Amino acid sequence: MDSIISVRDLAKVYDNGFAALSGARLEIEEGEILALLGPNGAGKTTLISIICGLVTPTDGQVTVGGHDVVQDWRRARSLIGLVPQEVALEPFEKVINTVRFSRGLFGRPADPARIEQVLRQLSLWEKRNEKIMSLSGGMKRRVLIAKALAHDPQILFLDEPTAGVDVELRKEMWEVVRGLQDAGVTILLTTHYIEEAEAMADRVAVINGGRILLVEEKAALMRRMGKRQMRIELGTPVDRLPESLAAYGLERADDGAALVYTYDTAADRTGITRLLNDIQAAGLVLHDVQTRQSSLEEIFVDLVKEAS
Amino acid sequence: MNWPAILAIYRYEMARTYRTLAQSVISPVISTSLYFVVFGAAIGSRIDSVEGVAYGAFIVPGLIMLTVITQGISNASFAIYFPKFIGTIYELLSAPVSFLEIVIGYVGAAATKSLLIGLIILGTATFFVEVQILHPVAMLVFLVLTCVSFSLFGFIIGIWAQNFEQLQLVPLLIITPLVFLGGSFYSISMLPPFWQTVTLFNPVVYLISGFRWSFYGTADVGIGLSLAMIALFLGLCLGATWWIFRTGWRIKS
Repeated sequence: MDSIISVRDLAKVYDNGFAALSGARLEIEEGEILALLGPNGAGKTTLISIICGLVTPTDGQVTVGGHDVVQDWRRARSLIGLVPQEVALEPFEKVINTVRFSRGLFGRPADPARIEQVLRQLSLWEKRNEKIMSLSGGMKRRVLIAKALAHDPQILFLDEPTAGVDVELRKEMWEVVRGLQDAGVTILLTTHYIEEAEAMADRVAVINGGRILLVEEKAALMRRMGKRQMRIELGTPVDRLPESLAAYGLERADDGAALVYTYDTAADRTGITRLLNDIQAAGLVLHDVQTRQSSLEEIFVDLVKEAS
Repeated sequence: MNWPAILAIYRYEMARTYRTLAQSVISPVISTSLYFVVFGAAIGSRIDSVEGVAYGAFIVPGLIMLTVITQGISNASFAIYFPKFIGTIYELLSAPVSFLEIVIGYVGAAATKSLLIGLIILGTATFFVEVQILHPVAMLVFLVLTCVSFSLFGFIIGIWAQNFEQLQLVPLLIITPLVFLGGSFYSISMLPPFWQTVTLFNPVVYLISGFRWSFYGTADVGIGLSLAMIALFLGLCLGATWWIFRTGWRIKS
């Protein structure tokens, strides 16, 4: 697939001397959902802000749809819709007016049918004539998304879109975002909820200390970095491991009522069959066996720890 | 030029006026009417005519200037400060809108508002005193130039201000004294010679003098000088705005 956004060697040093980005590189492919993960202060918002024109880069280049964001800013910006992290809305304005305003600001002619479609898509149509201050937090976030979509952008930036949103609404928003992807919109998502990235993203980029540490397909990353663990619950607890099982690196859990075996799924042999045979040979009785895969969250924490 | 964007900003700002009609339009009209009652009718009836014009009528151009200057500044400064304060400025900065277009939208709306208020006050004045306008075209030119210049000045204050106190600071501490001492209520020839000289350093004197000339044909300073001064002020504001946007001062990091 072709890159719709291309970030090359991007650097940003703020006036106070803080280097938020140093040599960041990233290619975002058309039509994908890319999750940008990173701890606080990693440079996520600065990166998005530079692509959208809110912050001027110190060095490097960004193109959006082939247009340089500094030289050819007008074309670059008209392709992007931005949903900011903070809920920033004029409290006394009506929902529909603020969405209309956004469309106009992007130079698009008035289109009541399209505005209605966007508002309906986000379940805001019934609230269109209400003042923003009367809406709930979740509704306000939807208004931000509606504003970002009002000019039919090809790319949508969601900066922490579900921060402070309840679980039900979060899932609803994921549906909306998937719907947008189906309609051909490329989505860049930053999030603290790694569960969100796990649920939504096609690819994951990890940023820390102003650099992109890795960009990889989510599934491949989880396969590559993920470990599986098998938890073996025993009929009767053991005080210490039998000598014959020493080579497996087992951990005792629950005061010896369970044993935990960590293995690599990518390896040729996982060693599970041999382990189970040896457990039986050692005279231990199996009560139950469970396996689990490490989550994206654990992988992410490991990655960030490793890099620092 | 992104005309739909300019129009969107302009309409959005004008809609704010309709939404806050009492504050935006009715309150300046009421306060100006009070000036007419106090200075025009109560005190003015005991003052002789100034330069051949009845005192009540003499203060009309000054009062209009006083209002359009303060309204232009407060409308434009608030219009751009508020998005900065609540964070909605992100949308302006991430939209395909140039700074020039942003200025035209905001300053255009603020200038329109103050122009409308100025005309409403002129209309209100005719209920209290007999107003004549000898040079209507010049009157409109002065009025429009003043509205645009001070809206632009207000826009600069709105960009500069980092809190609500600063937003009020320049209008209260600088503009109000300058306008009051700029000959709104008197002819500078009524001052002692020393203060006449001091007054000539007040730019507002030139605006009010020129504007009053368009009504009654009398002026404290030459009409050419008045026009030159307002052009100079407009030029300075345009220069400052251009610099702000070129450097992104207090808007973009």
